[in-house]
Amino acid sequence: MRDVAIIGVGDTRFGEIWDKSFREIGIEAGLKALEDANVGAEQIDALYVGNMSAGKFIDQEHVSALVADYAGLANQHPATFRLEGGGAGGGLALASAFMAVASGLWDVVVAGGAEKMTDVGEEEANRILSSTADQEWETVFGATHAALHAMVARRHMYDFGTTREQLAAVAVKNHRNGAKNPNAQYQRELTLEAVLEAPVVADPLGVLDCAPLSDGAAVVVLCPMDMARKFNDTPVRIVGLGVASDTIALHDRRDITTMDSTVVAGKRALHMAKVGTDEIQLAEVHDNYTISEILAIEDLRFVEKGKGGPATEEGVTELDGDIAVNPSGGLKARGQPVGATGIAQAVEVVRQLRGEADARQVDGAEVGLTHVQGGTGATAVVHVFRREN
Amino acid sequence: MAIPRFWREIQSRYNLVGTRCGNCGTLDFPPRDVCPKCGRKSVGKMEKVPLSDSGTVVSYTTIHHAPKGFDGTKPYLLAIVELKDGARLTSQIIDCDPADIAIGMPVEATFRKLGQDGASGIIYYGYKFRPSLPATEET
Amino acid sequence: MDVGIVSYGAYVPRYRIAPEEIARVWGADGVALARSLAITRKSVPGPDEDVITISVEAARQAMDRAGIDPQDIGAVYVGSESHPYAVKPTATVVAEAIGATPDLTAADFEFACKAGTAAIQTCMGLVGSGMVKYGMAIGSDTSQGAPGDVLEYSASAGGAAILIGQDPVIAKINATSSCTTDTPDFWRREGAQYPSHGGRFTGEPAYFKHTLRCSSNLFEEMGTEASDYNFAVFHQPNGKFPLRAAKKLGFTEEQVKTGMLVREIGNTYSGAVILGLCAILDDAKPGDRIFMVGYGSGAGSDGFDITVTDGIEKMPQKPAWKVWNQAAKNQEIDYVTYARFRGKIAMPTGA
Repeated sequence: MRDVAIIGVGDTRFGEIWDKSFREIGIEAGLKALEDANVGAEQIDALYVGNMSAGKFIDQEHVSALVADYAGLANQHPATFRLEGGGAGGGLALASAFMAVASGLWDVVVAGGAEKMTDVGEEEANRILSSTADQEWETVFGATHAALHAMVARRHMYDFGTTREQLAAVAVKNHRNGAKNPNAQYQRELTLEAVLEAPVVADPLGVLDCAPLSDGAAVVVLCPMDMARKFNDTPVRIVGLGVASDTIALHDRRDITTMDSTVVAGKRALHMAKVGTDEIQLAEVHDNYTISEILAIEDLRFVEKGKGGPATEEGVTELDGDIAVNPSGGLKARGQPVGATGIAQAVEVVRQLRGEADARQVDGAEVGLTHVQGGTGATAVVHVFRREN
Repeated sequence: MAIPRFWREIQSRYNLVGTRCGNCGTLDFPPRDVCPKCGRKSVGKMEKVPLSDSGTVVSYTTIHHAPKGFDGTKPYLLAIVELKDGARLTSQIIDCDPADIAIGMPVEATFRKLGQDGASGIIYYGYKFRPSLPATEET
Repeated sequence: MDVGIVSYGAYVPRYRIAPEEIARVWGADGVALARSLAITRKSVPGPDEDVITISVEAARQAMDRAGIDPQDIGAVYVGSESHPYAVKPTATVVAEAIGATPDLTAADFEFACKAGTAAIQTCMGLVGSGMVKYGMAIGSDTSQGAPGDVLEYSASAGGAAILIGQDPVIAKINATSSCTTDTPDFWRREGAQYPSHGGRFTGEPAYFKHTLRCSSNLFEEMGTEASDYNFAVFHQPNGKFPLRAAKKLGFTEEQVKTGMLVREIGNTYSGAVILGLCAILDDAKPGDRIFMVGYGSGAGSDGFDITVTDGIEKMPQKPAWKVWNQAAKNQEIDYVTYARFRGKIAMPTGA
């Protein structure tokens, strides 16, 4: 297996991008990544696109070929793939691109993610988000994506004494980081009171405990490590990868306060990377709801099980904490174009490891981790990255 | 929802029909073709059985942002319920003030409207749970 | 062998609204209306309840009490004037939900407020002739009055299920008798949302004529008089009609009070007289004799002479099942909530 490097990254601003279509945002991020990688379009062997539900959001399937076409690649007929796994689609695209390069099959491979969510109304968008849960046995009975996470939060509070304020602290931290990210959807800080007093969506979660609906795209360019310096002086190596799944319905989980898929994917990725959690300086984790980040930092073993709430409150996950979690602002503040989030996390980690993250730069960043999950945790993807000096 | 898609599940949605693994005896809801514990050994041995219609609340939430078709009853309670025989499911909890629900609360199945395809379409029925009715006089 | 009641089940939705609250909205004299109708409050179905769910709840309670194999039920009939579908039976859903499918006959009945008693009679015939082992007869309604109409003060929701069979019966049906004429006192045309009625014409030539004649026929057939019965129950469109009919027939208030639910839950239409019977069965002792006469507009009455057997003592009972306990356990709502629950506020999603 070959070592694989990321040699270029690009993304759009995340948010309500009214004046750009799905294909336009995809191309914008792609061109920035190719520019960053110093790669010509003619060198691309394959594209992997993470996308959750273009069929429902814009009534367009077959988006992998569409994006390649509008990137001007149609005449060279690259291999194109679309990956779907709820919120984990971007992570799956990166994992697939990694395997293609590592295997020796292809050399220059693009992994991207894009979602255009604002062409449908808010209620419809939320309904589409909920379709990553079990449609026959959860949503038919009135469950929503937020409600399922709210039940996780309620049980976590019951089992571990996690408080409403600790949930809110996740949103406050991630908005503080987002305020330092020029591509974030929300570049403003939140007070704890604002989060606590926001309208209830599904209690205990309020509007400000939920990541927004967003448009956006992100792209990374991969090649074998031994070719990387031909393109770029600052390659970042993908040293670990873990992908895992679990029951589609939340109620069938062994324990609804532990995402076993995250536990397993995390272990697999760290084992492959030969890295301990104490060696990681920063992590971009799936914070579609505030409770999700608390579970993620526990299930990735950054903190002890049940201690995610107090750890957040104590600043362990701040930019200058023991491990900076979601320095980009996360899904919560940076935005949640679902299929793009897994790639956007990799973009952020690469910028951090290169030392290009400006106001939100994590000091001495050498090793970073990304984590995305689909649905309520039926799919989880973890990657570990290391700076190549 | 497509009519056949709902119709083919009504045994489970009306009467909590699940499966019992002929190999290890584990009960699953909804019915499964393969036992998650026994894998291939269970194939062809999954027997359909009605499960207990009572259980306890594992976790719950009050939904204020409701999807289309559910806005007529909002806010409404949703819960994960563990049936007496061990299987778990997701259900609304009715006839219960949100202030009165708690983890561990005993609940029992009722039969209610789940939704409908507009005013002239098919009406969908199935289980919702309510706090268990006392078996003896309340004091 | 005797044909009779093997089991029974009742269901009354938990929400209530008072005549005074309805009158407040329409600028009427609520106190006077409540007095003239002799109704304190009426039951209101929740937004996720209809005749199908009420029928299933009642039928399941009857099955829980009976402990029989649902596959032995050969017929399910549901009488109602508010079936959720104009075409597609309520009875098929009920049959499926109690596990009686697929080898049985089923249909919906309609005869204003006496469709449920017609279902009982049909089941008696099928059981008596040996065509079926058990028949489930249900009377259930979520009746509606037009906003502001006098019917709105009384039209309520509830249902009851009677399992008819031969062995073992908790109450033997000694005889049944009917009286039917073409009397247009109350109707709802196909496609119309709310029923219409003939005002005071619903009284003497309709309710009283049929109820009294049917009762007299039954007395004559059985050679009985009012004092031979421990309980009597009549259709109860309001709190006054059944009392007046009872008095004319020689019954005392003591005999009718157990089955008189109308003050607490309003007029449950097809459910009314059968819910009254269920309330009586909740309290009855072996040997008690029950006189029951229903009435349906259009018009007709069905009468029943019933004797409670020793089997009643072995019938499983839960406090929460008792009809009067269901009537007492309630949650008062205001008119706006009522209007929302009953679909009187148009929602764009049709929810």
